[in-house]
Amino acid sequence: MMIGKLIGLPGRRGRRALIAGAAVIALTLPFIASSYVLSVVTLALYLAYVGQAWNVMMGFAGQLSLGHSLYVGLGAYASAGLFFHTGIGPWAGVWLAIAICAGVGAFIGFLAFRLRVSGVQLSLLTVAFAELARIGFDHLEWLGGPGGLFLRVADRSRIDLLGFRGPPAMYYYAILALVGGALGLCTVLLRRRAGYYWRAIREDEVAAASLGIDVFRWKMRAVILSSAMTAIAGVFFAFYYNSLFPEQIFSFGRSIEIVLGPVVGGVGTLVGPIVGAGALVLLGDGTTEVLNRLGFDVPGVKQVVHGLLLLLVTIYMPHGLWPPLARALGFGPRKI
Amino acid sequence: MPALSHVANAAVSGVLTGTVYGLMALGLSAIFGVIRLVNFAHGELMTLAMYVAVVAFQGLALDPFVTMIGAAAVFGALGYALQRGFINRFVGRPEHSQMLLMIALAMILGNALLLGFGPDARNVPTSYQLDSFELGPMLLDKARVYAAGAAVIATSLLAAFFRLTLTGKAIRACADNPIGARVAGLPVAHLYAVTFGLGAASVAVAGCAMVPLIDVTPGLGPGYTLLAFVIVILGGLGSMVGALLGGVVIGVSEALAGVLITPSAKSMVSFGLLVLILLARPQGLMGAARR
Repeated sequence: MMIGKLIGLPGRRGRRALIAGAAVIALTLPFIASSYVLSVVTLALYLAYVGQAWNVMMGFAGQLSLGHSLYVGLGAYASAGLFFHTGIGPWAGVWLAIAICAGVGAFIGFLAFRLRVSGVQLSLLTVAFAELARIGFDHLEWLGGPGGLFLRVADRSRIDLLGFRGPPAMYYYAILALVGGALGLCTVLLRRRAGYYWRAIREDEVAAASLGIDVFRWKMRAVILSSAMTAIAGVFFAFYYNSLFPEQIFSFGRSIEIVLGPVVGGVGTLVGPIVGAGALVLLGDGTTEVLNRLGFDVPGVKQVVHGLLLLLVTIYMPHGLWPPLARALGFGPRKI
Repeated sequence: MPALSHVANAAVSGVLTGTVYGLMALGLSAIFGVIRLVNFAHGELMTLAMYVAVVAFQGLALDPFVTMIGAAAVFGALGYALQRGFINRFVGRPEHSQMLLMIALAMILGNALLLGFGPDARNVPTSYQLDSFELGPMLLDKARVYAAGAAVIATSLLAAFFRLTLTGKAIRACADNPIGARVAGLPVAHLYAVTFGLGAASVAVAGCAMVPLIDVTPGLGPGYTLLAFVIVILGGLGSMVGALLGGVVIGVSEALAGVLITPSAKSMVSFGLLVLILLARPQGLMGAARR
């Protein structure tokens, strides 16, 4: 509210103007931005989307997964493998990806929650499954093994919606729609029973159970929804980047990358994953680009910047960037 | 099916490597057992120690087993300072917040190594690198035997410290009951810092001991962090004997999987074991059931 007044935004109307302005920029970006900017924003939106998916499990239901690269990888390999071997496109592949990831998520969740694995142990269990998948896919020659699985690179000049092949702008709109869809879904869920049950479980599992909430069932729902949403990110990844390597896509580093956006933006908030992913990509890729322009090619700078941002946020803004920003912009008194 | 002597050889060298793994995991276990801190930067600290050994060898022609002593002292002091000046402030934070703090430190440290040394692998060609001891039909790499020896010495020193000295006993009291320790007037902040210092020193010794056995790259960190977690979970979080036992179990199973299945399946066995232990016996092999 305060900043809103300082820069002369008149309350609600100003906020509407802000949202409308952001929407207009988002929708027209491919026409006004260079291809480099578009690719960076696409990356930021991709991270915002997987962050949103991860946030359902950790931010809403309080179950910390450090192995979400598992679902990106499985989703990517499911759809890319189907396309590579049978020519069946991603519109069918995405359902296969969702089915596989939801199934694997349900399997891991069932084991973990039935046997009451929680906290650090749960996080390590998720890491272990991602690592097992990494090693497993390294030995799966049918899907390329360690040498990678490559899809025929898209004809960038023609839009083929059915095959999900086309110019960068098409992928940009696709991921923008996914982010919008995920944001809408999470907004609805948080306002319904699911959101209240999940947050009750997150804050105190025993108390939630004593209120009659079926803790096991609702934790399962969170994991299944989160893994299914992440599967779609995997399909996008496969058809956008056209190459998959087990060592990269299932790596622990990728899982951490998924976690960074929502943590920096605000765990459990709706807009946090988007803000966080934006901040990370802006600062990380921005620094890299500036250094490149100055003639330095330094691998690792981006990750150092990400680490510093994570460190500073963890120390000084333990609830993430979004809650204070939301207050400053006057977006509602509620925490979300 | 490989020859029996080949398998036996692998098993023994697995025990030797496992001893070093055990020392590395001991550091993680002590830090978790006492401070309740999940040190996700453990592998990065280990990699840093390896680069200290590499630089000391290339610049000063120091043998890693000599560097080890200085590195242990420096890492101990740095670990003390890091915990005392920085991490202690976060002891009361939620578990996931502490984990993220350590992940941030790990990212910065690991990628700073990449910035400083570049992505290329480095190794330390010691004069005894290719030598081995003959023990009946078996051949044991000299470097591996020395590494295990150093790990055994360091582990014994640590155990003696925790069992025999007053500070060691106070630290164990802290681990058993932090509130009680505070009530009794123990300087908990200092004891936490000593513990982190000791954990960092163990990892320094383990890192220097590993250097003659492997190629050093900046990306080793996460792998060692996960390996240390596998071992510590296997042995029981907070259990020192368990950490050593877990180290040897993992060392041997990796070596045997390398010979009997395929070298690239090495860590599959470790992570498979991790999943089984987490599900079947989350307190680990040696850990007491909690609550």
